[in-house]
Amino acid sequence: MLSTPRTTVRIEPQRMLQSIHASADWVGLRVVKTTETLRGVRDQKPKANGSQVRYGAMVEVLVDGQVGYGATVDLSKKGLQAAADAAVLQAQAAAAWGLYPFTDQIRPVVKGNQIAAPERALDSLSPKEINDLLIRICYTLKLSDQIIQTSATAIATQRETWFASSNGSDAYQSSASVVMDYEATAKDGLVTQRRGANGWFARAYQGGWEWLLTPQLWEEVQRTGEQAIELLTAPECPSDTRTLVLAPDQMMLQLHESVGHPLELDRILGDERNYAGGSFVQPKDFGHLSYGSPLMNVTFDPTVQGELASYGSDDTGVTARREHLVKDGVLQRGLGSVESQLRSGLPGVANARACSWNRPPIDRMANINLEPGETSFKEMVSKIEKGVFMQANSSWSIDDQRYKFQFGCEYAQLIENGEITKTVRNPNYRSTTSDFWKSLSQVGDRSTWEMFGTPVCGKGEPNQIIWVGHASPVCAFDNIEVFGGGE
Amino acid sequence: MIFSLSTAAVASQSRTLATERLELWEQTFNRLSDALQGECRAGEHFTLSLVAEDSQFTRMNRARVRQSGQVVDGAVKLTWIANQRTCYRDLPFTGNWGEDWAAVKPALNDLRQEIDQLPEDPFIVLPQRVEGSEGKSRAVYRGDLLDRDRAIAELLGPVQGLDFVGIYAAGLSVRAQSDSAGQRHWFATESFTLDYSLFDLKGQAVKGTFADRTWDSAAYKANVARAQQQLQLMDRPVKAVSKGQYRTYLAPAAMSELILMMSWSCTSEAAIRQGGSPMEQLRVGKRQLSPKFTLRENFSRGLVPQFNSDSEMAPDNLPLIERGKLVNTTINGRTAQEYDVVSNGASDSEDLRAAEVDGGDLAEADILKALDTGLYLSNLHYLNWSDRPAGRITGMTRYACFWVEQGEIVAPIHDLRFDDTLFNFWGDNLIALTQKQELVPAVDTYEHRDLGGTWTPGALIEDFTYTL
Repeated sequence: MLSTPRTTVRIEPQRMLQSIHASADWVGLRVVKTTETLRGVRDQKPKANGSQVRYGAMVEVLVDGQVGYGATVDLSKKGLQAAADAAVLQAQAAAAWGLYPFTDQIRPVVKGNQIAAPERALDSLSPKEINDLLIRICYTLKLSDQIIQTSATAIATQRETWFASSNGSDAYQSSASVVMDYEATAKDGLVTQRRGANGWFARAYQGGWEWLLTPQLWEEVQRTGEQAIELLTAPECPSDTRTLVLAPDQMMLQLHESVGHPLELDRILGDERNYAGGSFVQPKDFGHLSYGSPLMNVTFDPTVQGELASYGSDDTGVTARREHLVKDGVLQRGLGSVESQLRSGLPGVANARACSWNRPPIDRMANINLEPGETSFKEMVSKIEKGVFMQANSSWSIDDQRYKFQFGCEYAQLIENGEITKTVRNPNYRSTTSDFWKSLSQVGDRSTWEMFGTPVCGKGEPNQIIWVGHASPVCAFDNIEVFGGGE
Repeated sequence: MIFSLSTAAVASQSRTLATERLELWEQTFNRLSDALQGECRAGEHFTLSLVAEDSQFTRMNRARVRQSGQVVDGAVKLTWIANQRTCYRDLPFTGNWGEDWAAVKPALNDLRQEIDQLPEDPFIVLPQRVEGSEGKSRAVYRGDLLDRDRAIAELLGPVQGLDFVGIYAAGLSVRAQSDSAGQRHWFATESFTLDYSLFDLKGQAVKGTFADRTWDSAAYKANVARAQQQLQLMDRPVKAVSKGQYRTYLAPAAMSELILMMSWSCTSEAAIRQGGSPMEQLRVGKRQLSPKFTLRENFSRGLVPQFNSDSEMAPDNLPLIERGKLVNTTINGRTAQEYDVVSNGASDSEDLRAAEVDGGDLAEADILKALDTGLYLSNLHYLNWSDRPAGRITGMTRYACFWVEQGEIVAPIHDLRFDDTLFNFWGDNLIALTQKQELVPAVDTYEHRDLGGTWTPGALIEDFTYTL
């Protein structure tokens, strides 16, 4: 058994904090250690096997209302002091130019340990066993010579965070996560189709191997290969306007791009305007804006067991709680940390998150979920005269205000007169956020609800990639413009 | 005891520290390489990659500081090869020999234990020197950057009164590579990038970038002044342009977004072989691009390291699409092994590292006249393949984009979604490329600061397709 590498580093945050000398109003130390083991196979041959270990510390100081940070990979006393000096230098240099005068209110006291132990530990499978699993997935996907490529990847990550501060914080959080991705590429002449496991790296969970090695795994792998071949001869998705039914593995992308990002308060406050963009949502909209149909209920919920971005407190020490972002279609609150809440005067959530020790916390999604309704899938389809049921994201693009979007899926089936009929390929749709969510006409019940996640949400300056979770039932949207591929 | 120094003294120290740090990193990297060489038994091979930086990141909003800090970071990736098997450990690198060897040595033991559990890899690239090559390179580009204590004042002083938002990233970046064949490559550069936007009261914006190895205050002020001039054009009433096809000018920054898509499973030989690259249509002769269009990898400008993780050196100049025809693809050693082709030193993902599109014959002064009536796009945003095998790309217009009539800018536009194929806009619909190429600097800072950028002219396109 040797899935997670050994490291020699000893992390004692209180001792580290005590060793730092800084002329500052407040000092905080956040140490992060991650061990990410990746194993990948292509066409039944190994493609990658290895582990990435990262650790380091960010020293934050507050000087004259301005936070400065110094982050270092060097956890020695000398390295930490150099980071503290750099943080003080930055805070002092910025203090006269600060955007908002903060106090240590932005770093509340947090104490205690939060340890999310997986059911099946990350090192319970050996490198050989994981490779054997991935090779078998590729073998199962390779149903005929029309499958020209198969691939399977598993990533297991152990993440630990220590947080100590001069105002008394002393907290530790530990969690494990697993991600699996597999796909088959089918080809006939110049027609190429890919089908994967719920879209690119969507099977992402907090926990251990229990989330991936499910009883239905092999049935799903077999179906993935079959559908890749099926798509080769399927007609293009029609280009017209019809009822669009989205599976949870596409709803996750829809929620992410058109609900999560536009509700980030740092976007609304303008911090992201040079990179990820702003938002069509204005401060005055909270508590009033009809974001979608009355069937729309969206929560920020970092407390869901197994969902990828669950945690006890965020990276500034704020205790995580479930909150409604949209209730009965009306916008309630934004995704804003204490810093953004102070700056905007708006309600927020515990979402100041950093991708690692070398980046400062910013406003982030955690788990953003659409709450289930009361309609079974069968009942939903039976009510649709002309529709299309799309599954698994393959393409995503939205404007910098999070308004005009175009998304594509891997696989779709037409709905005709209340029944699912034939398969179509290259399904895409486009709309605007407001029009789209107001057209939400049916929300699936708990039996249609599924949980996914993404480990690769990019944002921030300097850039950060972070992990978020999304869960949703199947949903139907009326009068959406859909279309197929080709030139 | 409270530690306290004047900021000037600290800044002066930090310059000296940067020099010391660079020397220490190189010594430690070389020492790690030597030590690993000493550990190698018969039949064992290794490669060692280093990425390290000492960077200042200052994030600004409304001409004030939102966040500011310094990051000293490093990581070494040790890839071990034995018995036709391979695995890696990617570990923190501090530059302190004792600490780094204390991490690498046990990792090596782990790798030796793990490697026998793995399946054979038929496409392993064994480190080897190219015949006649010394297998060594060393490039160090020292810069003259802003002192860290005065950078913020220097950046924000000239933009007071403006709604200025963006990121200043500056400092030392290192990439290095060694292997059991004795090859050693070292690339270090001190540089800065300033990526910013100016907004007006209506929320309309223009984009600016400023990047170099030496800070020039006058050039910075001139850069901002140009952006301000462009912003004044945004003051006109906004025109809502309906979806449809329009003659379009893509400024270099907009072109660079399209060129970046070529890194996404496009010019990669592996991507073509494994299905899904639109370049397959060029290879089989089904389509070709305009004879006006030439895309190359040009390392001769020295902005990025020329070596890859197998210590292979890319050629100084590698044409990929020449006068519309696919003449080369990006090929790394692994792909070369698998498909029995010759590597050209491409990266692990066979992406573009030094992309350059050749200039054309359209003079800068004639752009608006040649556009006549249509859309002038300064930037594009959030591109994705809407049908990759078909070469179809969707994305948004962003920043200073204008409606032009009879060669005159009439109005800024509401942003539009485009959805079109590269076989159209770089094919039959490519009317002209500008004579002048511009460097669009790489400003991404995911994990670490990117290096280099894209050299490209602007492009005049017929019937660019807008859908929303």
